Amino acid sequence: MEKFQKLQGIAAPMPLVNIDTDMIIPKVFLKSIQRTGFGKNLFDEMRYNRDGTEIEDFVLNKPQYRNAEILVAGDNFGCGSSREHAPWAIADFGIKCIVSTSFADIFFNNSFKNGILPIVLPQEQVDVLMADAEKGQNARMTVDLEAQEITTSDGEVIPFEVDAFKKHCLLNGLDDIGLTMEKADSIKSFEDKAAQERPWV
Amino acid sequence: MSPKTLYDKIWDAHVAHEAEDGTSLLYIDRHLVHEVTSPQAFEGLRMAGRKVHAPEKTIAVPDHNVPTTLDRAKGIENEESRIQVEALDKNAKEFGVHYYPVDDVRQGIVHIVGPEQGWTLPGMTVVCGDSHTATHGAFGALAHGIGTSEVEHVLATQTLIQKKSKNMKVEITGKLKPGVTAKDITLAVIGETGTAGGTGYVIEYCGEAIRDLSMEGRMTVCNMAIEGGARAGLIAPDETTFEYVKGRPHAPKGAQWEAALNWWKTLYTDEGAHFDKVVTLKGEEIEPVVTWGTSPEDVLPITGVVPNPEDFSGGKVEAARRSIEYMGLTPGQKLTDIEIDTVFIGSCTNGRIEDLRAVADVVKGKKIKDGMRAMIVPGSGLVRAQAEEEGLAEIFEAAGFEWRLAGCSMCLAMNPDQLAPEERCAATSNRNFEGRQGYKGRTHLVSPAMAAAAALTGRLTDVRELI
Repeated sequence: MEKFQKLQGIAAPMPLVNIDTDMIIPKVFLKSIQRTGFGKNLFDEMRYNRDGTEIEDFVLNKPQYRNAEILVAGDNFGCGSSREHAPWAIADFGIKCIVSTSFADIFFNNSFKNGILPIVLPQEQVDVLMADAEKGQNARMTVDLEAQEITTSDGEVIPFEVDAFKKHCLLNGLDDIGLTMEKADSIKSFEDKAAQERPWV
Repeated sequence: MSPKTLYDKIWDAHVAHEAEDGTSLLYIDRHLVHEVTSPQAFEGLRMAGRKVHAPEKTIAVPDHNVPTTLDRAKGIENEESRIQVEALDKNAKEFGVHYYPVDDVRQGIVHIVGPEQGWTLPGMTVVCGDSHTATHGAFGALAHGIGTSEVEHVLATQTLIQKKSKNMKVEITGKLKPGVTAKDITLAVIGETGTAGGTGYVIEYCGEAIRDLSMEGRMTVCNMAIEGGARAGLIAPDETTFEYVKGRPHAPKGAQWEAALNWWKTLYTDEGAHFDKVVTLKGEEIEPVVTWGTSPEDVLPITGVVPNPEDFSGGKVEAARRSIEYMGLTPGQKLTDIEIDTVFIGSCTNGRIEDLRAVADVVKGKKIKDGMRAMIVPGSGLVRAQAEEEGLAEIFEAAGFEWRLAGCSMCLAMNPDQLAPEERCAATSNRNFEGRQGYKGRTHLVSPAMAAAAALTGRLTDVRELI
């Protein structure tokens, strides 16, 4: 997995609440058996007309946001299905950090597995960042995972919380499976004990 | 010992390792797999030279992409869908997991097949790369959806890296009124809490109205816990549960059954256990409900009217405006005046035998409205067979419904069952998101009985007028 340490980039504002996984990547694109190539279909139905031309006023089609690496979004981002195609599409587009007041649980976990940092902040601070993102490409935000701080284009510093284990994995680009396999003995002894206690499982 | 919730008990019984910060390796008893969220996970194993850790605890079935038309034996037309199903065929064989292929009568929606075959048992941990895994919580199993990276992690290690969620109690007191079903309960709860109300929680549903539900009804309630944002929904197992489980192909037998039963009977929330959040609804106050918008929280009693965006606050004002426009509705319009083009009955929410019986009760001896497109897609081949045995299929066909083979079908429209732009559907499924049932398609979520009523009248209808 790609490391996430410090990011300075353009933030795109998406104030809509309840942006769901069907909006992020419609199911017609879930038929791939690959993990890559979903970026061009990110937000497909909001981003393109049926003939494939771009919908001009969609935020990521605007010249100032085409290279956005951060999303500032409304409440409950990523609700809906467990499809990891959603964070795959987001990462493939080039977005590495999403800020919202809340995220759906499965999407939140999936993001970390793909080098994306989802940040939860109170409404007032999301409002500050949303306003900053509205300024366009001259407003580059900085997200520092080590320091757990976002710095707006005006220099305002907003601290954020992140789970220590998830932070460690992101900072170092660690693969969960490898880490878990180091605990094979614990898993084995759990299995031995469970086989005694609940042999029907 | 301090009193524990049901969630606490199942959690404690499955922690294989716990780090100082509470990050735990939760052991997984059952891993259900389908064709959409697994190919990249199996590929990951292959590339790393890893095996499936516990193939005997892993059960695969194709459901999302499979055609549900009667001619499906001729194969899947869409190339990408076909490749995905073929990939599952191949992976199931190569890695040696239990498998129900498309032509097996036991094939169906993964969340219907698991319980039906007795794979899902009380007190288990169950995961699947599908958000509606919450369904299995109806058995008092801790069940939740995971992404593909986690699917790979469970395949490789039979564990999941988790931190414990908070406990939330949702109590439905009293009795339901006639015409009100499990679907109305679960939608009413989401209407109350919002789609993010459960974020960070595992919900335990309890109260007289929940106890009174069949296993089918309980699965409907837990199925939509995810639409309320919860990591999982749970219902404590009781005699109804044990009765359902007993004798299923993979349920324990003989002395093991007795041992299992002894443990299952300890799976309830202790008196005085702590819940971080409590929501209570009165069962007798719940009415048959429908959704008017594009989020499952957009719920109103069928007697209501389309709301005005200005009735909301914050970001919801704009979301409601967008929803009402997308749905082609007018604020103040009576919900019962909304005309329906299509009725879809099925899905992991409402594709079980009891759901089909509820439909048959409403449509028996009647005809669906002229020009109505109405389909019934059973949740599994065995549900289909049972409905035929009980004479339900004849009732459906006589009424004018299409009677399909098992699969996810128009719930998410990955197969050819899709809505056309602006086609309006009363659906027994679980999501009314924009484009969910087809590009620009319009979905109203309802119970099976309400969907049946809409099929007869051609508009959203209060089923209580027909019973």
